Amino acid sequence: MARAVTPQRKIANTAIAWAIGFLIFFPILWTILTSFKTEAQAIASPPIFLNFDWTLENYAIVQERSDYMRFLWNSVIIAGGSTVLGIIIAVPAAWSMAFVPSKRTKDILLWMLSTKMLPAVGVLYPIYLLCIQLGVLDNRAALVVILMLINLPIIVWMLYTYFREIPVDILEAARMDGASLKEELLYILTPMAVPGIASTLLLNFILAWNEAFWTLNLTAVDAAPLTAFIASYSSPEGLFFAKLSAASTMAIAPILILGWFSQKQLVRGLTFGAVK
Amino acid sequence: MFMRTALGAASALAMLAGTAAFAESHAKTITIATVNNGDMIRMQGYTDTFTEQTGINVEWVTLEENVLRQRVTTDVTTKGGQFDIMTIGMYETPIWGANGWLVPLNDLSAEYDVDDILPAMRNGLSHDGTLYAAPFYGESSMIMYRTDLMEAAGLEMPDAPTWQFIREAAAAMDDPENEINGICLRGKAGWGEGGAFITVTANSFGARWFDEDWNAQFDQPEWAEALNFYVNLMNDYGPEGYATNGFNENLNLFQQGKCGMWIDATVAASFVTNPNDSTVADKVGFALAPNSEGVEKRANWLWAWALAIPAGTQQEAEAKQFIEWATSKDYIELVAANEGWANVPPGARTSLYETAEYQEVPFAKMTLDSINAADPNDPTVDPVPYVGIQFVAIPEFAGMATEVSQEFSAAYAGQQSVEEALEKAQAITNEVMEGAGYR
Amino acid sequence: MATKASRSAARLMMAPAVILLLGWMLVPLTLTLIFSFKKFLPLRGDSIDSGWDWFTFFPSLEWVGFDNYARFLSSSAFWPSVITTLVIVGGVLLITVVFGILLAILLDQPMWGQGVVRILVIAPFFVMPTVSALVWKNMFMDPVNGLFAHLWRFFGAEPVSWLSEASLQSIVMIVSWQWLPFATLILLTAIQSLDGEQLEAAEMDGAPPLKRFWFITLPHLSRAITIVVLIQTIFLLSIFAEIFVTTGGAFGTRTLTYLIFQRVLESQNVGLGSAGGVYAIILANIVAIFLMRIVGKNLDR
Repeated sequence: MARAVTPQRKIANTAIAWAIGFLIFFPILWTILTSFKTEAQAIASPPIFLNFDWTLENYAIVQERSDYMRFLWNSVIIAGGSTVLGIIIAVPAAWSMAFVPSKRTKDILLWMLSTKMLPAVGVLYPIYLLCIQLGVLDNRAALVVILMLINLPIIVWMLYTYFREIPVDILEAARMDGASLKEELLYILTPMAVPGIASTLLLNFILAWNEAFWTLNLTAVDAAPLTAFIASYSSPEGLFFAKLSAASTMAIAPILILGWFSQKQLVRGLTFGAVK
Repeated sequence: MFMRTALGAASALAMLAGTAAFAESHAKTITIATVNNGDMIRMQGYTDTFTEQTGINVEWVTLEENVLRQRVTTDVTTKGGQFDIMTIGMYETPIWGANGWLVPLNDLSAEYDVDDILPAMRNGLSHDGTLYAAPFYGESSMIMYRTDLMEAAGLEMPDAPTWQFIREAAAAMDDPENEINGICLRGKAGWGEGGAFITVTANSFGARWFDEDWNAQFDQPEWAEALNFYVNLMNDYGPEGYATNGFNENLNLFQQGKCGMWIDATVAASFVTNPNDSTVADKVGFALAPNSEGVEKRANWLWAWALAIPAGTQQEAEAKQFIEWATSKDYIELVAANEGWANVPPGARTSLYETAEYQEVPFAKMTLDSINAADPNDPTVDPVPYVGIQFVAIPEFAGMATEVSQEFSAAYAGQQSVEEALEKAQAITNEVMEGAGYR
Repeated sequence: MATKASRSAARLMMAPAVILLLGWMLVPLTLTLIFSFKKFLPLRGDSIDSGWDWFTFFPSLEWVGFDNYARFLSSSAFWPSVITTLVIVGGVLLITVVFGILLAILLDQPMWGQGVVRILVIAPFFVMPTVSALVWKNMFMDPVNGLFAHLWRFFGAEPVSWLSEASLQSIVMIVSWQWLPFATLILLTAIQSLDGEQLEAAEMDGAPPLKRFWFITLPHLSRAITIVVLIQTIFLLSIFAEIFVTTGGAFGTRTLTYLIFQRVLESQNVGLGSAGGVYAIILANIVAIFLMRIVGKNLDR
């Protein structure tokens, strides 16, 4: 709904918005820039913005010290697996809550959300012990399940609010025409639900990717994702701004790029029922 | 359509996760948890040499110090078995050893020459006379100062200065115009950071953590004197924001030429004299950690980063092989040959200090003297019921000392007075000791 | 409308999610509850064995009644940590909602390159909390080499040591930076659904912009604001990495979550920490009930 405004107004809008956008993005930009500096340039006073000798040496050092691809792959599997698994479990639940609501539906939803408020560190020991008993420490499948459980309430809720916006009239019309539950689900609801599911997928992939407590505490080598990767660069001896920046850039780049490319999908479904 | 793809993707992922977990578990690979300090990262670089010699693969889990502690402690107390070797310190070793969580290192090979390990280190890493961890490097604390600034100030650093002289020298070297702070010291919260420093400082003013009945001693005048001295010194001549400076922050400041003096770990000497990283590499002098006039104890601590094997590991023999390699004389020579004698891991072996080449390293003698000046069994002026200099070797210490040092750091930042900080420290400590059944 | 058959089908479809979450909640919660009545000091050699121990309430650990609860509550750190938690959550909510609304209104205006600006604004949401804390702490807030210090010196001011002198504000700022994109996006979607004609009509009637905002835009956004508040509160109550990396709980930044971390991991007192965990759950539920009251009203609208 583009409204007509004077060109001056549009120029002013553009200038302000770009300035603010740049300001918000600046910490990330600065990190990326610093990752291409030498350690000495990274702390130079006054700071150097673009006029430095661009170097890739930090990336080389980081890669030599830790096998980035392995951490990346683990992150992809854990975040991806937990998201997909979560969606599979959440879609039927959210569907039934949205279309066959009962008096307790809202209570169940709110209860689900409240499970997210349990402080993770309080249960570190029990969970760690459980993982030992089940023999699943440092195991990707275990992390897939745990992260799925952590994010399941959000997934269910997001899908629920999205499904609720699907007009019920269509469903009723379909039922009148004799559509079975299966047909109803497959041919009518699913196509309408895809944007919501897609944005739920994306949001939860991001949340799982960035989860840093369980992924750090329950892994060692085989299942260690990028959150563990970054923990070895956080405050070593000597100058480290440039190396830290390189490691940080490597840790956030995949998700940043994914996020940017899919931001339309993310935004389209990211309403949590805020619009009605 | 979407659902089918999603289902397919999920089962594929689940299978992948499952099979990969299987495929990667083969023998002859040891997993080592270590801290991201310079010497450990260097050791990682030589791992290939070890694998070539023995055929044993090594997986490294390198973590920042706080994360490492959290990780290995959880694992060892629950017998999680995630690691075959853990990098731990002088504080953890005797406690864990006493609990039977570590494999005793009493059958190391003859050529390893366990008697060559510095006695101070060996004692600190033993429980009841049994060695439980092999020191990779050891350290005490000492003064590092700028010889050029001292000269310009018309002062001369004695070999064993007092705190009173340190204050005088800091005043003389302090030069805010040129961004030079008279002195840089740790103030960062954390028992191993500022907590360690203020504890040795307190020792050198005649204070102690506990009396012989485990009563906290923060209400005694010695603590007030030490803490007031430190705060005044740092407020007058220390860097901006010193309350958040730890070892690494101070190292960077010193390397950039922004400190006249720095009292910290002896291992820092090789970093500040390394011309690749330090702008003041050729202008650094060393002296023994100070004491307050008339107090017999100096601000010397004793610490070692050591390698230990958690009990119950499946790869005990391989882990021992690695420890023997990494803490051997040969490893020291390997590093010396490739990177020079100044960069070998210091403070672990007597023979290193008898090597002619190493004796030429400017900080070698002062490092050894500092280590020898520290005695964990007799850390304070007045008698104490505990072992340890910058720490108290009881399980409750890490937690409560971190909280105490947080109160101190708040005082450094000006958020509360020294008296308030000491009162809170007293309360925290007594509370913990009561809870743990000491009093 | 719903038939009996579809009701039972619905129950069946809900079952996996409900059962899984119930398990995920009950198992740790039960263990936490048991431990909170026990003396459990791992470093003193207290340990639980595998096998039957789990079904017999860990006989190897000594029961101590409400000792841990009393000790946790009487600790001088308890109330300050509750207040710190509320200040951080409240501060971040206030900042993200206020600036989120302003930013959403701005982004809704006609301009060139709206897509690019949105990409820039959304970016912080993708950054790992650990990374963002490390970057802010070292590269911006470091009192010597940080960018802010350079900026302050450039204007002839004394650099501020942010994480000690303005610790709580700094953490609120870092966390707000991470969550502002989320608030902005939700609010933007809501604003875009606002009936343009209504606004134009109001404009024709000569209503000043502030009045239009107050009487048309803000009421329209109320539902979106509630949702932002609810979702963020869930995540903010348990923030950890930002504090662990920046101040380690010093300078009055110790939240309840962090206090529990200190008890369980730093002091290795699992019993005491578990009691703290139970308090944290109670606090979370108070906040939750409080929130649900508001949200419930708004959601049913």
